[in-house]
Amino acid sequence: MPVHYDVLIIGAGMSGLGAGIRLAHYGRKVCILDRHYLWGGLNSFYRLKGYRFDVGLHAMTNFVPRGTRNAPLTKLLRQLRIDYDELDLRPQLMSATWFPGKRLRFSNDFALFESEVAEQFPAQADAFRRLVRHVMEYDALNLATPEFSAREVVAGFLTDPLLIEMLFCPLFFYGSAVENDMDFGQFVIMFKSIYCEGLARPTEGVRRVLRVLMEKYKGLGGELRMKSGVKRLSVAGTKVTEVVLDSGETLTADTVFSSAGYPETLELLSDYEPGSEGATHGQLSFVESIDVLTKEPRDLGYEFTIQFFSTTEKFHYQKPQELVDVRSGVICCPNNFRYDRPLDDNLMRVTSLANYDLWAALPPEEYHEAKTRWHRLVLDEVVRIVPDFRPFVKFTDIFTPTTVRKFTGHVNGAVYGSPVKFKTGRTHLDNLFLCGTDQGMLGIVGALLSGISMANMHVLQQA
Amino acid sequence: MTRQEIRQAIIDILADIAPDEDTASLKDDVSLRDQLGLDSMDFLDIVMELRKRYNVEVPSSDYPQLATMTSCLDYLSPKMA
Repeated sequence: MPVHYDVLIIGAGMSGLGAGIRLAHYGRKVCILDRHYLWGGLNSFYRLKGYRFDVGLHAMTNFVPRGTRNAPLTKLLRQLRIDYDELDLRPQLMSATWFPGKRLRFSNDFALFESEVAEQFPAQADAFRRLVRHVMEYDALNLATPEFSAREVVAGFLTDPLLIEMLFCPLFFYGSAVENDMDFGQFVIMFKSIYCEGLARPTEGVRRVLRVLMEKYKGLGGELRMKSGVKRLSVAGTKVTEVVLDSGETLTADTVFSSAGYPETLELLSDYEPGSEGATHGQLSFVESIDVLTKEPRDLGYEFTIQFFSTTEKFHYQKPQELVDVRSGVICCPNNFRYDRPLDDNLMRVTSLANYDLWAALPPEEYHEAKTRWHRLVLDEVVRIVPDFRPFVKFTDIFTPTTVRKFTGHVNGAVYGSPVKFKTGRTHLDNLFLCGTDQGMLGIVGALLSGISMANMHVLQQA
Repeated sequence: MTRQEIRQAIIDILADIAPDEDTASLKDDVSLRDQLGLDSMDFLDIVMELRKRYNVEVPSSDYPQLATMTSCLDYLSPKMA
């Protein structure tokens, strides 16, 4: 007889852990399956040459002080029974969006951003305040609301194209699976999480978050099976009847949650017909470089935490025609948060849009050289915005869209998954539900809330 | 359980769900939602914890009965007697 679970969860990322903790807390027999040897999914970590690197996490968005009511961070800590201090969140220093001739700074105090907009775009100040009011009053959590274009809504308030591009730039980079636009509900969530709430990071980075979650999950009796990729979901009638692992082992469960992504999950079904998932594959992927420096960035005069930039007035958030689009990106300095002690390493991370197909088509012997060449081209642009740290680089690691594909299983290395989201988590099968990226909540806080709300809605409230 | 014991049981649950809120000096006739900043997820948790700890079932149509401490006690006393 195969081992039977109340709930099997595909993927030990943030959403799978969030769902797993909720279900285990309420006594469900639950097991999380993951193909890799490290958990975390899009937000993981690794060691290389003695350095500890994070993948995914630049900063946690949604930072609020302890006990802030009605804030997503407070909600998820309550739901997971995690104490605020356990995450060791350290606020950012200051971040900015950089476009030619303009830099809009923002911090964890929204007043700074408002005054920056008012000073640099005085003709737009009133309209911006009206937009902010509209955002604050909008109910973005109603799962029944259909998606509609955030650009169209914003264009009803703001008229300066440069301000519009600058406003969208961080929101696209931190969570749009759609080229050059996003769902307005998603815009509201992202706007609040980045501009109104703010950014923070644990001193130990994503390791800390994952350790707290994993200890919680295991302490509640939750099972975790790493190196246990799911090969197939057997379907009979309107249900998943078996979960078959790569090893051939078969498990059964009343309910299956998948954080693998919508098209990726459909492809696991035993009755899958190629093409039936429609044109829902995401196209947006990234390269990211991590440069280890011999000097603290602050000693080079650099005090920003994160800078989102575009060297063109029109920001092109789309799949590039070349391996990498060097015209825009995100520069993250993990050292520039308010820590009690300096980090062990001095790091600069740069993330740029990249073309999965071109990276995947590179012959193996050209792959390494391409990484080095494009990293050089990216830094040529980046040093227009930050002090030239190139003479102080002692080690560099780079990941590409094919790395994302390998470690997350996302088709096309699409970091934010499918452009079409499934907010209710429902699929055409009665006991198969989506959580995570393709359910539509992004970022660490969003992904955790995705797992939590799907566990609540589809299992705990059904009992 | 006595009414006082049930009150303590509810306070214990609320303190677990919302540890940053002041559950010690709750006013019995003011809405829990307002006093503790609870949302619908938190009310689901109150119901789930009652089931887990005391085997008490609260059907979703009865959630409005949990609005204040007094209404909780009125509603739960017969179930937890």
